Amino acid sequence: MSDPPPTPLLTLRGIGKSFLGVRVLDGVDLDVAPGEVHAVVGENGAGKSTLMKIVSGGHAPDGGTVEFAGATRTFRGPRDAQRAGIGIIHQEFNLLPERTVAENVYLGHEPVRRGLVDRRGMLDRTTRLLASIGETTLPADARVGQLGVAQQQVVEIAKALALDARLLIMDEPTAALADHEVELLYGLVRRLQERGIGLLYVSHRLAEVFDLSGRITVLKDGRRVTTVDTASTTADELVRHMVGRELSSYYPDRAAPEDRGPVRLNLRDAGNRKLRDVNLQLRAGEVLGIGGLQGSGRSALARAIFGVSPFTTGDVTLDDRPVRLRSPRTAMRAGIAYVTEDRKGEGIVPRQSVLDNALLASRAVFAARSGRAARTARVRELLAAVEIRGAGDDQEIRFLSGGNQQKVVLARWLALNPRILLFDEPTRGIDVGAKSAIHDLVRRLARDGAAVLMISSDLPELLGMSDRIVVMRDGHVAGELPAGATEEEVVALAVGTVREKAQ
Amino acid sequence: MSALSLLPARRSVPGVFVALTLTLAIGWLVVLLDGGQLFNQSTTVSLLHVAAGLGLVAVGQTLVILGGSLDLSVAYVISLSTLVAAETMNGSDGAVLPAIGLVLVVSAGVGLLNGLLVTRFRVNAFIATLGVGLLLKGYLDNGYDGPAGTTAPSLVQALGYQRVGPVPVSFLLLIAVTAAAWFALSRTRFGHHLVAVGGDPEVARLSGVRNDRVLVTAHVLCSMCAGLAGIYLASRLGSGAPRVGTEGLYDLESIAAVVIGGTALAGGRGGVIGTVGGVVLLASIDAIFNQLEVDAFFKQVIRGVIIIAAVAVYARRAMRKAA
Repeated sequence: MSDPPPTPLLTLRGIGKSFLGVRVLDGVDLDVAPGEVHAVVGENGAGKSTLMKIVSGGHAPDGGTVEFAGATRTFRGPRDAQRAGIGIIHQEFNLLPERTVAENVYLGHEPVRRGLVDRRGMLDRTTRLLASIGETTLPADARVGQLGVAQQQVVEIAKALALDARLLIMDEPTAALADHEVELLYGLVRRLQERGIGLLYVSHRLAEVFDLSGRITVLKDGRRVTTVDTASTTADELVRHMVGRELSSYYPDRAAPEDRGPVRLNLRDAGNRKLRDVNLQLRAGEVLGIGGLQGSGRSALARAIFGVSPFTTGDVTLDDRPVRLRSPRTAMRAGIAYVTEDRKGEGIVPRQSVLDNALLASRAVFAARSGRAARTARVRELLAAVEIRGAGDDQEIRFLSGGNQQKVVLARWLALNPRILLFDEPTRGIDVGAKSAIHDLVRRLARDGAAVLMISSDLPELLGMSDRIVVMRDGHVAGELPAGATEEEVVALAVGTVREKAQ
Repeated sequence: MSALSLLPARRSVPGVFVALTLTLAIGWLVVLLDGGQLFNQSTTVSLLHVAAGLGLVAVGQTLVILGGSLDLSVAYVISLSTLVAAETMNGSDGAVLPAIGLVLVVSAGVGLLNGLLVTRFRVNAFIATLGVGLLLKGYLDNGYDGPAGTTAPSLVQALGYQRVGPVPVSFLLLIAVTAAAWFALSRTRFGHHLVAVGGDPEVARLSGVRNDRVLVTAHVLCSMCAGLAGIYLASRLGSGAPRVGTEGLYDLESIAAVVIGGTALAGGRGGVIGTVGGVVLLASIDAIFNQLEVDAFFKQVIRGVIIIAAVAVYARRAMRKAA
């Protein structure tokens, strides 16, 4: 722990926060000096976003104090924090695409002359504001919807500065930027520093963190692990701080090498808007784990295979025959099933019964009249087999626990006898008991010859379940690890501290 | 990206004026071949009269739609306003100003109710304004069997029939109201905030806009526009008419005119100039078919096709922009 620079702009002490009894932040201390870039790093779910929301007034902390510019503050909402001088640049921009740059920058506090909006003054001020952060090519009267992502980010920053922000929070600012745009952001960050603005910089990408920040705070499981001077640490050390949890739970036995069957699904240089040059083989009988950070292309991969946003380049073969998976319907008919990450939004129809939810896919794919009774009987059997507890088949599914809902979703897909199963965060938000039931089920499916692809942010789960692990980064495969890999190896590939092998 | 590739936000002529020009040209030709004359004095005047009535409502409707809301009660507000105006005047020229004042107060009250239901009570705008409309319908159906009251002769003369050349005074009133609305949208904070609320309420809220206040104001203005349309209709008809608003389909036609004029039904994009274009387009189609003495049913079919086509064209454009 290094000494904080004198007179911090922002000081957090003992910040704690729980949601529904789950502790997401616990006693976090942090401070930012004027003109300092303070980076916050940590795995998915370490509590970074919650902490940033507390600083910017989005959440109220359960415990601890927020001190800003010399006074203790309790922000009643984002606007309150804004007025105090704290701006936040979200990954999702808060801009109106149909309005001009100037109209966006001054929204809510338009300059007025004689009771009317001073349009000329607003344009002039915006132009000057943009120039002060080194942006001279962006016309203040351009429509924001026409701008590229990098320029929209500049508009967001200008919007915060127009409100005299003294602390700026940047949440994954480079996630949506192309490589050459990242350079522009670097310049912008340095100019903000020169103006004495403090920056809280949240990023997964360690390269940036090392390029920009003065100090780094590592969060893990809602606690602050350490705060270090960037100059006196290394990427490897940071990664060690970010991971290293005890492996405690039980996982079913992996597949023996002789149980692995032929290649079912083969991707060669496959890509689309979010993916590029993905080469991947999925074998019958194995569980292939997909690791990586949020937004690294894990879900995009599953969605491409399932035909939701299909591959536009490269070749896909299924059992050695070339296929085009153009829509979920074609994918389902080819024997692919997809258990989505967003169970509430994409997995279940909340107000329909358990049985209707379980029948959804079979009804959609098979002709209406053929074997309806047999199908229903089979689905009832499956529902019994996945052991849904405490609910009848006719109950509305929204009253079930998350774990039981997930089992219904599984039954739905098993009714189609899929040969390839894609799981996206299959146990997120599910209690421990249901979790291990689902783990057993996944393994049993693989043992019965299905090819399973499983995406998980839960590192112990990923390591415990997978026969092989493919780690994604920035829309392509960063590397592959065998069973028995460590958390450090996965995270190192995901954040890019190890050089990829030339492909 | 170079600065040259960025067009300023000033938009090109809305597509509706292209459609309007084409419609008038084709209509003129077809009517000519039919042996008639589209742009004689009487057809032009009646076209502009139709446009004035619908236009006053549609300009108000544009405001609420821009803000992401909607007003289905306007037809009943119009009927109510004709009655309030005609009964208050009761044929007396001296009562014109008090009558106009009372209509504006009553209609503003309805708008306030609409606005509060939509914002404070979070009732979906479709349901809230439909409900308020039905409330007014109940009052009108219960109290009136037919025309009531008498519009002051001076108002009938001035607003109902007076013209400047071929242009009725009522159409000049529409131009004035449109100009005021345009000015409010582009030069006042209210206007900027309204478009922001319609574009993305969360962005507006986080930028310090008081969303509720803005939307209530828009609803009040919308209802007052409908009140003005009611005064105009009372001056045309010479009395109050309890069903003139619904029979004229002012609710749905005003929404159609707004959409044809290029304003997004979800809010956040568009303006009153396009709406006036949409109004004149709808009125022109009426005039053309009247000249040709086309079957009324066929006329409705054509209007339906035009409305759907307009929305489809705008949707395609929006999609291309997004890509």
